[in-house]
Amino acid sequence: MCTPSTASQYRFSRHRFRRNRAVLVVGALLVALIGFADRGSAADLAPAKITTANGMTVVVLEQHFLPIVEVHALIRAGSAQDPPEKAGLANLTASLLDEGTITRSSKQLAEQIDFVGGSLEVKASEDFTTASARILRKDVDLGFTLLADILLRPAFPKQEFERVRSQILGEIVSDNDDPGQVAMKAFNQLVFSHHPYRWPVHGTDDTLSKITLADVQNFYSKEYLPSQTILTIVGDITMEQATALVQTHFGSWKKGAPPVRSIKKPAMIEKKTVQLSEKDLTQSTIMLGHGGISRTNPDFYAVTVMNHILGAGGFSSRLMDSIRDKQGLAYGIMSHFDARAMPGSFWINLQTKTETTNQAITGVLAEIKGLREAPVTDQELAEAKSFLMGSFPLRLDSTAKLAGVLAQVEFFGLGFEYFSQYPKWIERVTKEDVQRVAKQYLNPQHYALVVVGNLAKAKVRH
Amino acid sequence: MNWPAIYRFSPTCFLVSLLLLHTGPAAAVEPSEFVLSNGMKVLLVEVPKAPVATVQVWYKVGSRNEVMGRAGLSHMLEHMMFKGTAKYPKGTFSRLIRKNGGIDNAFTGQDFTAYFENLAADRVELALELEADRMQGLALDPNEFQTEREVVKEERRLRNEDDPQGALVETLYAQAFLSHPYHWPVIGWFTDLDAMTLEDLQRHYDTFYSPNNATLIVVGDIKAEALFPTIKNLFEPIPKGPSPKHATTAEPEQRGERRFLLKREAQVPFVMMGFRVPNYSSDDSYALNLLEAILSHGKSSRLYQSLVYDQKISLAVGAEYSLMQTDPGLFYFYSLVSPDAKVENVEDALQREITRLQSEPPSETELQRAKNQVEASRVFEQDSNFRHAMLLGESESIGAGWRRVDQFLERTQAITAKDIQRVAKQYLTQDNRTVGILVPTPSRQPEFPPAAHQGKP
Repeated sequence: MCTPSTASQYRFSRHRFRRNRAVLVVGALLVALIGFADRGSAADLAPAKITTANGMTVVVLEQHFLPIVEVHALIRAGSAQDPPEKAGLANLTASLLDEGTITRSSKQLAEQIDFVGGSLEVKASEDFTTASARILRKDVDLGFTLLADILLRPAFPKQEFERVRSQILGEIVSDNDDPGQVAMKAFNQLVFSHHPYRWPVHGTDDTLSKITLADVQNFYSKEYLPSQTILTIVGDITMEQATALVQTHFGSWKKGAPPVRSIKKPAMIEKKTVQLSEKDLTQSTIMLGHGGISRTNPDFYAVTVMNHILGAGGFSSRLMDSIRDKQGLAYGIMSHFDARAMPGSFWINLQTKTETTNQAITGVLAEIKGLREAPVTDQELAEAKSFLMGSFPLRLDSTAKLAGVLAQVEFFGLGFEYFSQYPKWIERVTKEDVQRVAKQYLNPQHYALVVVGNLAKAKVRH
Repeated sequence: MNWPAIYRFSPTCFLVSLLLLHTGPAAAVEPSEFVLSNGMKVLLVEVPKAPVATVQVWYKVGSRNEVMGRAGLSHMLEHMMFKGTAKYPKGTFSRLIRKNGGIDNAFTGQDFTAYFENLAADRVELALELEADRMQGLALDPNEFQTEREVVKEERRLRNEDDPQGALVETLYAQAFLSHPYHWPVIGWFTDLDAMTLEDLQRHYDTFYSPNNATLIVVGDIKAEALFPTIKNLFEPIPKGPSPKHATTAEPEQRGERRFLLKREAQVPFVMMGFRVPNYSSDDSYALNLLEAILSHGKSSRLYQSLVYDQKISLAVGAEYSLMQTDPGLFYFYSLVSPDAKVENVEDALQREITRLQSEPPSETELQRAKNQVEASRVFEQDSNFRHAMLLGESESIGAGWRRVDQFLERTQAITAKDIQRVAKQYLTQDNRTVGILVPTPSRQPEFPPAAHQGKP
């Protein structure tokens, strides 16, 4: 039952050589869920939070076990803020931050961070962009210097703009070699029509070509503001040191008017929609789903438990048990509720040999229906809750994970009680809640289905 | 795609750090080492920073211990290890771990098979109990095997058949190694998977799954003194097994370049260039490891600056070398070719970087940068209990031993720019290389019109 790997990899990871221009690689390795158990253990964390004079939120957590520091900036702007005809703008802007500042060239930035064995990474996603420096304690001043430099003083050189844009265009072409990417793009088009989550974070061939250097500069000026930024510092540093470094390096960041945001709800899918994409492959890549929930939806915890039982719980989920362990139809199968600032999507994905495409889809739909029609068993509920509560500390067991989680807790406004209350919020979910949210948030009639593979042989009948 | 070992394509810092234990600013906590009377080695590391731990059992068996016609047997057995024993029937293992808030999984490489549980530190005993139980008495059921074989075949389709890069890596190893078992992929060939029998699995299990062929590692919020008696009680009753033979076929010297094409539907070409090089047992491995860093760690590295930044002919480029292998492996270069670039130009550019290293030593700054990266990554690696334990498990499983790895940093610091030049000249030669090129062929059918069809509401 468990699966993993082959050589290399754990379960659902797909290593590719691309992603981030530089070195790359990848993989999602272990789906990082994690945890500990029925004692419902909360995490004993005491982060400190301050707001600077220019309006930046600063969160500090001291961790003195290893001489390393993670400085992680989250900017409240992502691809959801892209104009539809210029999808990819937030990502292109982010990708250019470390490609030259007023005082350092692209190469100088790379040389400085590489020389001390640290890393400097920028990544745009749908709701926000992160820029982070990971550095040894002895080099912490350099870490702040470089991070502040790329955030406060990017130069957006014309030649770098052209180069990075071509690079991203190339990656878009290359992404077509990954059936999972092809399926995801098609799926988002169906689920998020007329919504900012519709487009890939990196944009499309068409939209990227419309972006000008002025667009990038304007996006930066409008969105990259201290009041839009959550700076999380975790590691071998004291509150006093952190505060002083923040003042030195970010104190001069000019305030600005916060950008206006409008919340858009995706239109509910009102009928079944199927999209098939031809590729000469031995497996069909299948994605099936529809709209989901936002991170602040009060049902988030009930949905988390329900989804765990359905297909997020790895080897103990119903989908894994049915599709993989009983029928041998797939290596990996998972269900996801991508809870974002605005309601995200729900999907189940798997790969199965071409010949069993219809059988797998039928099996997936049966599990969705099953969860709506009958309550889960006492044992399933107890085990799901006990995993979710117990595994909580595993989500926080490294400096990098802590910085990421703290930043998101602040971004979504969950409050630091999240760390002590999470087990309670999971504990109070009942069997009735699970069935209620299954009925409310799963729909086996109105869904989007995407199949990428050898269509002539797959003969999709759904 | 089935890389010969996990790390191969993981983020670079991870890779590098596999090698070094102990270093600089934060020396790692030294493991407490014990050897049970049945020969099992136990390494315990106390890391009190979070109330969690990782338990890992590493067996010295991987695809290098397989024979022609049964490629993939070690990995198949890894899958079957989750099918239950008399005491803990099918499904119980993972259910118990999850119920207790843990995650469990396993992975197989060319040189090892490893099982792990990441969980709360106060649940470590449960993981130990379950691992001790399945070290013997695995229930190998024919029906479970039939189903699991299909799962593994799906895994092969996913990683090797339908992934252009995975397909190229598989072929590269098959070309570079003719007689050594590194020739075949860890996941195996379809026909071998179909030919495998329950008896094959049983024999493999009986031969290699014994305490004297295993290393147990626990890293986390534990007390070694307190935990060891528990470990002794659980594992010492397991009888010592046979001493498996670890001799494998030697790979003869390569005499002349090997070159192959792989044609399949794809959007962009992919180039790989592999050179046979020594492993950890050679002093040259330290210089080769730094050579890898100079070529490909970070955006200031030579390959990125040349192929991605200046010439814009690669979407991604890199060099990979793992000295942590039981037998000598490959040092290889890869490049994902930009859509408008020519494969020949990419190959020439890679060769130019090799020639440059052979004709002049790297600058002192570059050398120092590489050393700093290697040293820092060792510290960052300890941020994760899991990776920390993997480093120990891997070094033990390939025969180096964690103590030897310990000297690694010191040896690395002593490497000179001339050493780098020397190993580049000695190993990165044309006669010693295998070049593989993925040649994209057009889609057989035109892309389906995006016209979605709609079912009934």
